[in-house]
Amino acid sequence: MSDQVSAPPQMVNVQINGVWHEFPKGTRVIEACEKAGSYVPRYCYHKKLSSPGNCRMCLIEMGLPKMGPDRKPELGPDGKPLINWMPRPQISCAQDVSEGMGVRTDSPLAVECRKGVMEFLLINHPLDCPICDQAGECRLQEFSVEYGSAESRFLENKVKKPKNIELGPRVTLDDERCILCSRCIRFCQEVAQDDVLGFVDRGSHSVLTAHPGKRLENNYSLNTVDICPVGALTSSDFRFQMRVWFLKETKSFCTSCATGCNTIIGTREDVIYRQTPRENDAVNSCWMCDYGRLNFGYLQSEKRLLQPEILSGDKLIPAEWSVAITHAAVQLKHFSGWEIAILASGRMTNEELWLTSQLAKTLGVESIDIVPRHGPADNILLSADRNPNTNGARLLGVTSQPGARLPEIVQGVASGRIKALVALGENPIEIGLTVAQITALPAFIAMNILANDSTPAATALLPSFGFAEKRGSMINGKGRLQRLNRAVRGPGQARDDWEILRDLIQACSGRNGIYSIEDVFRQMSESVPQFAGLSLSKIGDLGVQILENAGSPA
Amino acid sequence: MAITVSRPKLNWRERAYLPAILSGMAITIKHFRNMLFGRTKVTMQYPEEKWDNQMPEHYRGAPALVRDDTGRVRCVACQLCEFICPPRAIKIIPGEFAAGDRFAKVEKFPQEFDIDMIRCIYCGLCEEVCPEQAIYLRKDYAITGFTRADMVHNKEKLLEIGGVMHGVVLKWNEKK
Ligand code: SF4
Ligand code: SF4
Ligand code: SF4
Ligand code: SF4
Ligand code: FES
Repeated sequence: MSDQVSAPPQMVNVQINGVWHEFPKGTRVIEACEKAGSYVPRYCYHKKLSSPGNCRMCLIEMGLPKMGPDRKPELGPDGKPLINWMPRPQISCAQDVSEGMGVRTDSPLAVECRKGVMEFLLINHPLDCPICDQAGECRLQEFSVEYGSAESRFLENKVKKPKNIELGPRVTLDDERCILCSRCIRFCQEVAQDDVLGFVDRGSHSVLTAHPGKRLENNYSLNTVDICPVGALTSSDFRFQMRVWFLKETKSFCTSCATGCNTIIGTREDVIYRQTPRENDAVNSCWMCDYGRLNFGYLQSEKRLLQPEILSGDKLIPAEWSVAITHAAVQLKHFSGWEIAILASGRMTNEELWLTSQLAKTLGVESIDIVPRHGPADNILLSADRNPNTNGARLLGVTSQPGARLPEIVQGVASGRIKALVALGENPIEIGLTVAQITALPAFIAMNILANDSTPAATALLPSFGFAEKRGSMINGKGRLQRLNRAVRGPGQARDDWEILRDLIQACSGRNGIYSIEDVFRQMSESVPQFAGLSLSKIGDLGVQILENAGSPA
Repeated sequence: MAITVSRPKLNWRERAYLPAILSGMAITIKHFRNMLFGRTKVTMQYPEEKWDNQMPEHYRGAPALVRDDTGRVRCVACQLCEFICPPRAIKIIPGEFAAGDRFAKVEKFPQEFDIDMIRCIYCGLCEEVCPEQAIYLRKDYAITGFTRADMVHNKEKLLEIGGVMHGVVLKWNEKK
């Protein structure tokens, strides 16, 4: 790996709560304390943003080595430097560790300081936790438990500030709850590169606001909601929908573009309420874009296909799964390989793509491709390739150049050479076929999540699962293999895509040997060297880099 | 470890057995005589007669939602009771007050609030956990219905049982 070439970082010795530790030079004191097992409470500090040091919650006692007359540190009986403790507390978030530094995170002075800061923060803070969306994941609540007081000494009236302000299309602000930590401001400046937020007015009346005439509407605005330590910034979409303590959290990743930002899907009783980014420094740091974050509503849409159907006479009628699969297989076996085309999708998992390529092999199909999907890229996270698994489709041989075979398929259908079309998660109308052309096909087998214009023309309709309903792996634009986990159960009679494909292959060829998605992965890892030695569980929560220098597909 | 239970030492009266029988019979006969002359009554003629006026202050009957003096449903749909309820009897769907509403400053209210009285065990934890003094266990105990659906108290029913609560903290009135 390339980072092994650089020299190992210089280490410094730091004493934290009486114990000496070693840290690489340049480590923030607050991070060093956390690594040493003493979490220092904080509001304004965020490890991916600059440190303004304005909340004062991270106060600690600090000392530097005592220097002798020879300008060398004086050593104690244990051979370690003696520490000259500073009389006043210091903030730990804006300073790096240095050789011989001493830190006390839970000394009486430090604890007293935090209690004082908490009392100041709570002076004007409304006590409306029962209606505040942050309750349950609020830093102010958490540190109140540790450093707050049950009684208020503040007898005057609290300052009233604006509430329920739409800062932008997706973010709602409650100024009374804001503790003026400036995380959101710094995020907009430093990460989203859209400097729209700021503080106005002075003293107790300071409020967060958007610059006049501007709105917080960049594609990363919802990250401010995540990093806001209190309930000041709330997601207009999630606001008041569900209390966070009910949410089951499933680690997954976003499938709305080739970046594959790592996420946590929050669900309750098979309903998805929100997606939040999960830290992965190899992919998305701590962030994700709003477009990807909110792109899950379709899984709960009215247009979900819930029941397998087959064409009988000139009508689609509901059928059992086994009947639908057999029906589809009989239709496919009726034609030879060059009369069949498979329209696969860059949204399929590796396992599904592998089975698709097996299906193509079984049937002898050459006309197979995925449908490319593009959109403007920004230089932050969003990729121009809006298919999450183009690299997987390439690696597993479903396509060599995404979209290159599509004209041939369109042509083949138009000329009548192609008599059977298998559309897996894609709408053939999007590649230029007409409803009339599709209806005229003797066999059109459609596996999809949602109904579209082409579904009424299907001869066999196979409802399948969305990204939050299944397990599987994908390879992102940078060649990282990542894992989807199931957050909710699929609706109605819909089935996991890999099972549908497995059954279809089995019905076409009679062969079997796949009982679980792990089996699919194992087969895949036996034939594709990049997967060798891996399994779904070995992929882990943060993924594995399996392709070097995978260029982001054009 | 084995525990040795010491047997009580019986005196001659107790060992004779008959005196105890006789004193027992005497009590029975006393009750029998009182019954004959209508001096005791052991059966309460429920439901014509009820315990209602003898119920202790701390009696835990059906949980119900209350309004305050201003007519506001006190519940703000914080869903803490839903969380704490041991048999998961409570189901809440929160709603948000429209901008112009009289109570807009409270922001949240329960759009739907169901308590499944088949599940409720009358434990009172919902009352205890409520930060808004919005849910109380009232003295209603005769909760009946012909179907399971009948036994689910919806918001209207809960407010009907709950009525108005006077003398509770009106913290939202202070808010602008
Ligand atoms: S809105 Fe939240 S993140 Fe922004 S300054 Fe206020 S407390 Fe900090
Ligand atoms: S950048 Fe791509 S992967 Fe990340 S959240 Fe946005 S759409 Fe999803
Ligand atoms: S009394 Fe107990 S069981 Fe009944 S609703 Fe309240 S918390 Fe649930
Ligand atoms: S705890 Fe009280 S305020 Fe919260 S939802 Fe239950 S009844 Fe409403
Ligand atoms: S976290 Fe250090 S001053 Fe805010």
